[in-house]
Amino acid sequence: MARVVVDVMLKPEILDPQGQAVQRALPRLGFTGISDVRQGKRFELEVEGPVDEAALARIHDLAESFLANTVIEDFTVKVEEVAGAAE
Amino acid sequence: MTARIGVVTFPGSLDDRDTRRAITLAGAEPVALWHKDKDLKQVDAVVLPGGFSYGDYLRAGAISRFSPVMESVIGQAKAGLPVLGICNGFQVLTEAHLLPGGMLGNDHLHFICRDQKLRVENAGTAWTGDYRQGQEIHIPLKNMDGRYVADEYTLDKLEAEGRVVFRYLDVNPNGSLRDIAGITNEAGNVVGLMPHPEHAVEPLIGTGRTDGLPFFTSILKKLVNA
Repeated sequence: MARVVVDVMLKPEILDPQGQAVQRALPRLGFTGISDVRQGKRFELEVEGPVDEAALARIHDLAESFLANTVIEDFTVKVEEVAGAAE
Repeated sequence: MTARIGVVTFPGSLDDRDTRRAITLAGAEPVALWHKDKDLKQVDAVVLPGGFSYGDYLRAGAISRFSPVMESVIGQAKAGLPVLGICNGFQVLTEAHLLPGGMLGNDHLHFICRDQKLRVENAGTAWTGDYRQGQEIHIPLKNMDGRYVADEYTLDKLEAEGRVVFRYLDVNPNGSLRDIAGITNEAGNVVGLMPHPEHAVEPLIGTGRTDGLPFFTSILKKLVNA
């Protein structure tokens, strides 16, 4: 089994008030030097069977049509091996 | 003869009954439609009501957009069936790409509930014919994810083609770009807006005015005269 991670972020030009609220809290917590925060979503998909090109293409379609709304969001798909799977 | 107007109920819909009531008050026949049922029961128009369909868990309207009933609504809307999306219904229409742009959380991050002043910017759609161009109306607004966004090209195109149907007046309650409260598709049969006309159809409740009723009388006239 492998894990495929889909990260979804608001497009850079779109205002992210959640990220701004987080960023504004940072100085109060003693964190300085962070000029911007943007908040996104991470989906971890546990895939049964091999993550071959066909499987990745299907996940890409899923991300594009459902997990992200590409009118307002960008996404990336990456494969993460599950720890211990290579033993 | 009257018109039959379908109102979809999704799990989490809140305003489906108010919408059916508004349709009755306007003199049309409301028809309850169910999210799991592809059958639109040969209605003449469809309203997607407000609420939090499927919990709005992924994004507002994102899961509903793939429900069986929406398969039929999307197909028929493209063929000219009049469709009105109110609040969550507007979110479903943008997720279904029947309307351009998208809906995000209010810029102030709070739920908002207020009587909202709007200007009717396009009285030529299937759902706004009983308004006067430029008319100012008051109807309730209540939402979490009411911030309308689109890229500059799309916004310019909407403005140039007269497809901004309603604009917020006095206060922009949610950070919507260019104060946009509602838009229409190219053909003018699909309209989506954030505020709730179905809550302003009787003088006794809501804003004390009936500024929302013309939505439902507009579509009735259009269908009966068709």
